[in-house]
Parts: sequence; C-alpha cells; structure tokens
Amino acid sequence: MAENVDLSILAQILEKYESQSGNLIAILQEAQEAYGYLPGEVLTHIRRETKIPLSRIYGVVTFYAQFYLTPRGRNTVRVCRGTACHVRGAKSVLRTVEHFLGITEGETTADYEFTLETVACLGACAMGPVVVMNGRYFGKMTAAGVETVLTAL
Amino acid sequence: MARVSLTIDGNRLEVDAGATILQAAKGAGIEIPHLCYLESLPPSSACRLCVVEVEGARNLVASCSYPVVTDMVVRTNTERVAKARRLALELLLSDHPFDCMTCEKSGACDLERYAYELGVSTTRFQGEKHAYPIDETNPFFVRDYNKCILCGRCVTACNEVQFVEAIDLTHRGFNTRVAAPFDRPLQESTCIFCGQCVAVCPVGALTEKLRRFKGREWELRKVATVCPYCGVGCNIELSVKDDRIIKVTSPATGVVNEGRLCVKGKFGFDYVNSPDRLTTPLIREGGKDGRFREASWEEALDVVASRLRQIKEESGPDSLAVTTSAKCTNEENYLLQKFARAVLGTNNVDHCARLCHASTVTGLGMAFGSAAMTNSIGEIRYADCIFIIGSNTSENHPVIALEVKEAVRRGGAKLIVADPRKIEMVEFADLWLRQKPGTDVALINGMVNVIISENLYDAEFVQRRTEGFEQLKEGIKDYHPSYVAQITGVPADDLCKAARTYARSPRASILYAMGITQHVAGTDNVLALANLALLTGNLGKESSGVNPLRGQNNVQGACDMGALPNFLPGYQLVVDKDVRGRFEEAWQTPLPDQPGLTLMEMMHEAEAGEIKGMYIMGEDPVLSHPNSARVVKGLKNLDFLVVQDIFLSETAKLADVVLPGVSFAEKDGTFTNTERRIQRVRKAIEPIGESRADWLIISELASKLGHPMRYEGPEVIMDEIASLTPIYGGVHYDRLNGRGLQWPCRDRQDLGTRYLHKDQFPRGLGKFHPIGYQEPSELPDDEYPFILSTGRVLFHWHGGTISRRSTGLTGIYPEAKVEINPQDAEVLRCSDGDLVQVVSRRGKVIAKAMVTDRSPQGVVFMTFHFREAAANLLTVDTLDPVAKIPEFKICSVQINKCS
Repeated sequence: MAENVDLSILAQILEKYESQSGNLIAILQEAQEAYGYLPGEVLTHIRRETKIPLSRIYGVVTFYAQFYLTPRGRNTVRVCRGTACHVRGAKSVLRTVEHFLGITEGETTADYEFTLETVACLGACAMGPVVVMNGRYFGKMTAAGVETVLTAL
Repeated sequence: MARVSLTIDGNRLEVDAGATILQAAKGAGIEIPHLCYLESLPPSSACRLCVVEVEGARNLVASCSYPVVTDMVVRTNTERVAKARRLALELLLSDHPFDCMTCEKSGACDLERYAYELGVSTTRFQGEKHAYPIDETNPFFVRDYNKCILCGRCVTACNEVQFVEAIDLTHRGFNTRVAAPFDRPLQESTCIFCGQCVAVCPVGALTEKLRRFKGREWELRKVATVCPYCGVGCNIELSVKDDRIIKVTSPATGVVNEGRLCVKGKFGFDYVNSPDRLTTPLIREGGKDGRFREASWEEALDVVASRLRQIKEESGPDSLAVTTSAKCTNEENYLLQKFARAVLGTNNVDHCARLCHASTVTGLGMAFGSAAMTNSIGEIRYADCIFIIGSNTSENHPVIALEVKEAVRRGGAKLIVADPRKIEMVEFADLWLRQKPGTDVALINGMVNVIISENLYDAEFVQRRTEGFEQLKEGIKDYHPSYVAQITGVPADDLCKAARTYARSPRASILYAMGITQHVAGTDNVLALANLALLTGNLGKESSGVNPLRGQNNVQGACDMGALPNFLPGYQLVVDKDVRGRFEEAWQTPLPDQPGLTLMEMMHEAEAGEIKGMYIMGEDPVLSHPNSARVVKGLKNLDFLVVQDIFLSETAKLADVVLPGVSFAEKDGTFTNTERRIQRVRKAIEPIGESRADWLIISELASKLGHPMRYEGPEVIMDEIASLTPIYGGVHYDRLNGRGLQWPCRDRQDLGTRYLHKDQFPRGLGKFHPIGYQEPSELPDDEYPFILSTGRVLFHWHGGTISRRSTGLTGIYPEAKVEINPQDAEVLRCSDGDLVQVVSRRGKVIAKAMVTDRSPQGVVFMTFHFREAAANLLTVDTLDPVAKIPEFKICSVQINKCS
C-alpha cells in the first residue's frame, strides 16, 4: 500500500458528490481515475467523509472487477481468451506477452510500466485473436505481431 | 392496524397487514425452514429455503420477504416446495464440508437439521470446493469459512443490531466471503467482539473458542441467569457440562437486552472456572507478616467470630466496619448489613456505591426524593433527544449504548454528547460539547440559563410539579453562554444549540455516569442535571428522565438493601425511630441509631486506629479506592481483617482470614439492574472446591456470634426483605420468572414501575437547587502539568480481578495504557507503545503510552484495571462534602518518558 497519498484531489471529488452515500460507486470511479487505483488511505478517507462503513466500501470495491486495490501499470494489456480467439491461437499470444513482460496474467511489472489482464470475450470475434492495449484494439494477433506492438509502446 | 385474512396449508388465519408469509405462518404455528432470515430484521432473501407455493403465482416465492394479501392461498409443504428446498440444500452442500461428526455446531446447526428433515445426505453437484485456512487470529472465536453458507446473518447482526459495521460480504461469485476491510484480522477493524455474529450463525462457521472440544450441543444444560459484569443486567444463558461453563448465549426474548451482549458478557465468563479460585478458607499464621495456611470452615469461622467478638467487647461495636459487595446478590447484601447492624451492632456498613454513585443517591434524593434511573432501558430508543454527559456509554454500558444508537439511527433522535474525551458515542452525535474536565456545573447551568432566557421551559410543569424556580432563576443568571464558554471551553453557539435541542424535544432523556458523579462537586453535578430535567418537564413520562447508569451488576440492589451507613433497606432512614422500631421487632434486637461511617471514612479511621476490625466482602479497595497507598496503610493498621472473596485479591493478601465465597454461577439469588429491575440469578454449577455461597457464610457466622440466622435459601431471605422494605414489598421469587419486577413494587398485585415520578415525586414537589460552579480540588500547575482522568475500557472490569482471569479479555487487552493526546506526545517526545512514568503528589506508575486524539490536550487517561500500573496510586482522595465520593476523574500529574 502506497504511503503519503495526496488526499486533496480526493477532497475535491468528495465535495462534488457532497459525500453522499448513494454516490459511492461514482466516487470510487473518480478516485481511481485520479490515483490509478484505490489505495487503502483513500478508502479510509472516503469512509471518514461519507460515513459509509469501511467494510461496505471494501465489499463494493472487491465486488466490481473495475476497481483495483493495488497500483496499476501505466499501460494495460488485455488479451482475449474467448472461444473464437482461443481457437485462433490466443494461448500462444498470451504466452508471448507473458514472456515479453516477465509477468503472468493479473500482475503488474516491477517498474509499473505494464499490467496484464485477460478477458473472456470482447465481442470482436471476427478480428480474433484480439489484444487491447490502453483501450486500442489490435486484431488478428500472432506471437510475432504482438511483440511488435509491445515494442512500439 | 388493518388485518388481512389468508389461508396457509388449509388453515384460515387473520394477521396484521404488512406481515410476511413467514411471519403469518409462524403465528399460526407453522414453521417454514429458513437460513438467512432473522426475526425483527429486514429479510435478505438469500438462502431460498423458505420458498412456498402461492396460488396464482407462477414461481415459488420467498416467504421471508413476501407480504400477505387478502385471500392469499399459501402451501408450505407441497412436493414442489420440498424439491426446491432440497435443491437449495444440495447447492449449499456442494461447497460445504461433510464433517458434522466433529463440528461443534452439530445438534444446533440449521443446515444439518434441514438436511435431515428433507432427507438430503449428499449432493449431485461435484465441483470445486474452497479450502480456506481457519482463522484463529482473535482470542474469542474461530472463523471457519469453509463452513460458511453466505447467508449474511452475521453481516446483518454486525451492522443492524450492534451498529459496528466491521464485516461485509466481499469479493465476487464463487469467491464471495465475509471479511473485514482489506481481509485483515478483526482486531484491525471496528470489531468490538460482542459475538453477535457467532450468536446468529446458523452453521459452524463461527465458534466460541472456549467451547471447542468441551462438549456436544446435546450434552449442554442451559441455565437462565443474569450477566455478572455491569449494571445493565443482561439476560444470559449459561451452557454447562460437568460443572464447567462452556459458553454463554442470550435469548432474543430477554427483557433487558433482547439477545444482545457485549464482549464481557459473551466471552468473559471463564474466570468462574479459573485455577486461581480460592477453594478453602485461609488463616494467616505468625502475625501480620506471616503466611497463609489452609483451614477448615469450622476453624476459620471460629477465629473470625472470636476476634470480632473480642474487638466489639474491648473497643465497642463502632470500632468495627463492614463493606458489602455490589457483585453479590440482594439477599447477601441484605444479610451482611443485617449482620453489621443486628449482630455487630454498628451502622458502619457501606460498599462501592460510595465510589460511583453516592452523589446520585444524595443529589437525586434532594431533588426528587428517590435516587435511581427514572426511566427504563427499553424506553431510550423512543426518545426524541438524548443528552449523554460523563458516560462513556459504549464501553461501560455497551447494551444501553445500543439503545441510544437505535434511537439515533432508526428513531431519528438527536444525540448530544458532553465529554472531554472523544468517546465512541461522539461518532453518533449531532452535537459534541468538549467541556474542560470538572466544569460540568457551569455547562449545565449555561443550558439552564439559555432555556430560561429564551423562554423554552415547561412553565406548566414548573408551576404544577416543582418548587424553588425563582431561586434557580436567580442562581443561574450569571451563566450566560459567553461566560460559560470561558470556563468550559465549549463555544457559546454550541451551548445554545444544545440547550435548544434538549428543551424543544418532546421527550428528552439524560444519561450520565461517573463523569458526573466522581467529582468533589459530584452532588452539585447531579443537582444541576435534575434542574435541567425539572425545568423542561422531562420527568414522569416515558423516554425521558434523569438516568444514572449504575456500574456494578448489583450496585443498585446493594443500595436498595441498605448497605449504606445512613439507610436501612429501601432507603429508610436509620435515624427514624419508627423505621428502626420495625426492624428491631423483626430482627429481635436493638439497633444503633446514628449513621455510620462511609467507605472512605472507614479507611481513614482505620489509619487513625479508630476502626480496629473490618469485614470486607467481594471488594478490592486496594485497587478501587483513590490514593491506594493510604488505603494499604489503613488496612495494615487494623487489628483484624477478614476478606470474603472468590480470588486472593490485592486486599485479601492483607487479610488475617480469607473466606472463599462463590461466583454468580454457583448460587441462587437476585440482582437489581440499573433500571430497578429485580431479576433471578440461578445456580448453574456446584461451588468450586470447598467454597460456599456468601449468604451461607454470613448466616453461619451470625449464628456463631449468638444471633442465629437460619434461612432455607435465598427465596426465604427475599420474603423477609419484602416484609420490611416497602419498595420491594411485592417481590417474591415466584413472581420473578421471565421479566423480573421493577421497583417500586409494593405488594403482590403491583406489577412494578417502568418509569418513576408519574404523578408525584416521593418528596412531593421536585426541588430546584441553584448551584454554583466550583473548581476541582487539584488543578494542573508547573510541576504537575497534566490532568489525569481515570475510568474503564470495554474489555476489562474494575480492579481486573475477574476480567484479567478471562483468557479472551486478557488476550485482547493485556496491559495498562496511558492515553495521551498527539500534540502532548510530540512535546514529550514519546510515541505509541513507549513506556512513560505517570507521577502525582501521591505516587507513580509506569505504563505504555497510547497516542490518540481521544484525549484532549493536557489530559491523560488511565484505567484502574491493572495492579502493576494502578491508577489509584495517583488519584486524590478529596471527597464531595455531601456524598463523600472521591474525585477519581481529576488530579494533576506529570508525565516522563522512560529511557
């Protein structure tokens, strides 16, 4: 857990949402946007200001896949493992990415450059195997192709 | 309320509109299986076991959340319903261990029971199973989440019953589990270990540590009794096997606490079976410095009788003194004061109420004519405004704090907290007044001033029910908010806001405790609060009043029983000849006619050599009295000291003879709780070793001294009490099952009194007392710059004699701490956990610093639970002139960091 988080950004977010408990998810989303993830100190501060129990905040944060409790890499790489991508070789694409970055799915590189995730389906099966880098879609990926894209980043 | 008629399983019923099918069925004696539903709490509809068929509905419905409608036709036991329930059980069992043969819950497990009833012995769903490590990180209970069925009851109990909010359902899907924030141990969360989660868990996921491997559910015998810790008097059930208490539970039907407990009541019982218990009488041999040897009862009682007789003959009855015990039963307190008066012939009888609520007894006595909580615990939740002053309610009266939280969260009550420390109740407060220690009179006078000057008082009530209003008006005219702000440090605006909120609320209740009473101005503080309530007409009606929260389990009862130097049982004055005459006739002996010495005076007179013999039952003055070095000196100066206790306390170590009494679990009797409710205490196990019930010891000793006391049992003693004590006149054991009785209860027809002073005060009119603010007896100076305040914490009890012999309580709070404000800590260059020396004019102790903003700057706080760092070596023994209560809350100290 990172220390010395600058809570002034959070104060603005909380002000905007008037610290109302009905706005918890929106507050968490904006806080994550600002901090990159949700440090413990941020959650504790949200608890203090909104009076929502920390246990409930933690329950919400761990329920939604969109929230992260650990720092994220500057770049997010998502490899699709849906059925269509799988039969077209997503497995070897994933293996290549893991080898290239030196991490396995769900992990972040030690220099916080990359976070690697897999997804079940992106709805772009015609383009499979699909890899999404920082929101940009790359279709018909191969082991070699994905290395080129990663190097370019 | 509108009624709805419907048919369930062919039975035509009529129920209140708004009821659910499950509730309607229950009322008709039809039980519907359920795992997640908890009575009186909102349903979560998670387990799907309570599904039933409703004619016309396409799907089965969850009966716990489905409201009844007119002419609904419900079937709870069709094959379709059974099939759905079996499916739900199979799904639960697909990720649940089949280890019922070693599970502590077996026999009381709802999952096991429903599986049995529906014939589900296996599951068709073979898939991944969890293998969570078993969480044994806290000292009270084990969490085995492999057995958890995710019903969510524990979460509801934690959030909605205890308002603790320590746990919730976390993570997602198959990995969902109940956890504290960040999956950290409960100690790092807001958990207070009340055990409500354990109490509601339908399966074996949560188990009390002390009961593990000690017996199966069906081997346990349950005994209904009363918690031995604080004055709330929670209803508990002891589960017993082979003369050992295995666990404590509390029935939801309990009149005082409705199934809610705190950590001490739930987990603090193992002192009863502690190996340290005294098992035989002890006699000191070889003079004051000699050693104890074991003795027979015959020998020990002979020694006590002959020494007491000798002192009485040589120095007169008033050279003897007796302290009774607020831990013992009413019957025992009654007998011991009778022993003092009728057998020894002295009114020198007192007990620890002198140290906690003596100023309540005097103050409320002067204002109303009777001193006890005016209203009942169960009324607090309906108050419109609650004013807590000088009560750390959530730590010292945890279940009463739940009533307050209930009032705030559900009833929309306004909560005003006045306390120098940032106690937990502040979190629930609308307004927090952080007065400087010892300035309560000024604060309350300020509120009275605002209420009068803004014409917010109840003129009709003042005119009809009170006297002395003009004197009050004159007396408080200087206490305008800006002047009060100077004395108390409370901003004038906040003071006005508090006064207006309190005065404008239709039903406002004052709760107070030792923060008010333990001052040299203790009586004044109480009188000032009485003024406030009289002025606003907050007396003689529900959910209002002036409510002193009594400390010990039976301190109310000990006072009622006349364990006081100026009162015979039922607050009948010793000096009243007619009263004395009735007791003399009943006890068949002349009685002393002058009030005796109070507790602190006894100690001082012992030091002076005037008191030569003392009989102490179930008290530990060495730890509980202020300026304890002086107490030790006094006790050592006695010719003869007999201590009757269950442990060799610090005081017992100084005795000439020690008599082993028994704990609450080993005898029958009654306790009277803080709301004047007399409740039955029932024997659950045989006395440990050769120890004897305290009432038996006293009667045998009395007989040896030539005044036979032959009682078949406590029930007969209570009959005698009833015959001599008008407020207990209708109290008999056959009437005490279930809800008990609240005094005044004057005869067999009297159902007792829920709230006092309805039409009249015992003294006639309520009396206003104009009170001026006076400074505490010892204020900080250059040499001793800090104020020391003393009190208790949630996890311990008084001198620690019992709570420190509970493995759980000691495990979670093992040592003494000194609370220091962060700014003071910085100046002292000490941080959390550093050892500091606390020095007063009377003594010094060493304890660990706990840096916290709970204490204001310039004030440190310590408990008196730990003999190694006994706060009462430091405290001052200056007394309130009327009540003779010492000023425990304020003395001045210096703090030095230990190198």
